Amino acid sequence: MKPPPFEYYRPGSVAEAVALLATHGDDAKLLAGGQSLVPLLNFRMLRPGVLVDINRVAALDFVADHDGRLRIGALTRHHTLEMSPLVRVRFPVLAAAMTHVAHLAIRNRGTLGGSLAHADPAAELPMLALLLDAAIHTSSARGARIHAAGDFFLGPLTTALAADEMVTEVALPALPPNTGWGFEEVALRDGDFAIAAAAATMTPSGSTITGARLAVMGVDATPLRLRGVEAALAGQHFAPELVAAAAQQVRDTVQPNSDLRGSADYRRHLVAVLTERVLTAAWSSAA
Amino acid sequence: MSRAHAITVRVNGTTYQRSVEPRLLLSDFLRYRLGLTGTHVGCEHGVCGACTVLIDGHSARACLMFAVQADGAQIETVESLGTVDNLSPLQEAFREHHALQCGFCTPGMLMTCVDLLRKYPLASDDEIRAGLSGNLCRCTGYEHIVRAVRSVVAKGRR
Repeated sequence: MKPPPFEYYRPGSVAEAVALLATHGDDAKLLAGGQSLVPLLNFRMLRPGVLVDINRVAALDFVADHDGRLRIGALTRHHTLEMSPLVRVRFPVLAAAMTHVAHLAIRNRGTLGGSLAHADPAAELPMLALLLDAAIHTSSARGARIHAAGDFFLGPLTTALAADEMVTEVALPALPPNTGWGFEEVALRDGDFAIAAAAATMTPSGSTITGARLAVMGVDATPLRLRGVEAALAGQHFAPELVAAAAQQVRDTVQPNSDLRGSADYRRHLVAVLTERVLTAAWSSAA
Repeated sequence: MSRAHAITVRVNGTTYQRSVEPRLLLSDFLRYRLGLTGTHVGCEHGVCGACTVLIDGHSARACLMFAVQADGAQIETVESLGTVDNLSPLQEAFREHHALQCGFCTPGMLMTCVDLLRKYPLASDDEIRAGLSGNLCRCTGYEHIVRAVRSVVAKGRR
């Protein structure tokens, strides 16, 4: 349970960090919060020759309002997202989701960029990035790129990041005024990875839904945005029957696999129930 | 063996300068290099919470950090709380409510509670239980630990 040897670098800037990644390529791993990486090292499931510790890259630790968009640095900790007044006011669904991430001692260390780059299919932040149409900013010695969240997550622990590239920032476009939200998760114990979860936002005009977003996880290799369900909700009058129909559509759409924590049928049932709850909560909390 | 790094850390108010190999876990550094064996090591992959310490005031798993990363940091371990003759209010609450049997999980429980009490209202038992859920007690004495935390909250002795 001790990690294998590695060379340790502690850059003070993104430029230094990406230069180290360019030099060492596949042999290097970025060390941010370390809450997923260090267990993998302790189990010796990973043996990188070089760790690039970005915890002192202070320029990556910020939450800022920028012309209506919320810009969040990659080194922002889960607990900061949970507590940030800007996040709580502008994206309460994100702050609420963070309370489901592991435990306080983990949230104090774990980072936004690390969670997105690790891309665990049962982690909250990738699903929230999809729900909130996040723009994921990355850098390498070759230049900067911006990935739409929808193009970033390719599979379990697999993203569009190149080996020499790092996440630097996430930008969230503003939600329409009076948008409500819902977040629900089922895990075996408090703080465990989710068996399934769902998150929604909804914008009303009178009794009509002008826009809805829905994301789920625990039913595929990555979290999913369910745009077909969103389209079926838009323009409709809110009613319990409509929510029940949306839940049925989710049940018919997702194709989960069975594993030790839940059968495919159970997962399909869970996301349908959670969908009903988050859509109802999103409507109730709007306006 | 990879290149050693010179680090300076402040632990419980004392400054230490040591040379460490990068792969040395902070938990092992505290126990074997500084002799501070109050920090216990259970699972070494961040699940059990026994090695929880405060780093610059925030609770963290000492088994999920390398000592080299703590260079320049302020660390508090269970040895920073009270002494046998002068328990901290939290330790006194643990004693009073029988919140420990074998004591293996206790240092991590205590350091977790210090951070929880600072950051959350802990107004309900559900909230206390959720806060403690990252620390495993094999004696399953959780009910007594919840009572101890509840009494600290009730007495306002944070």
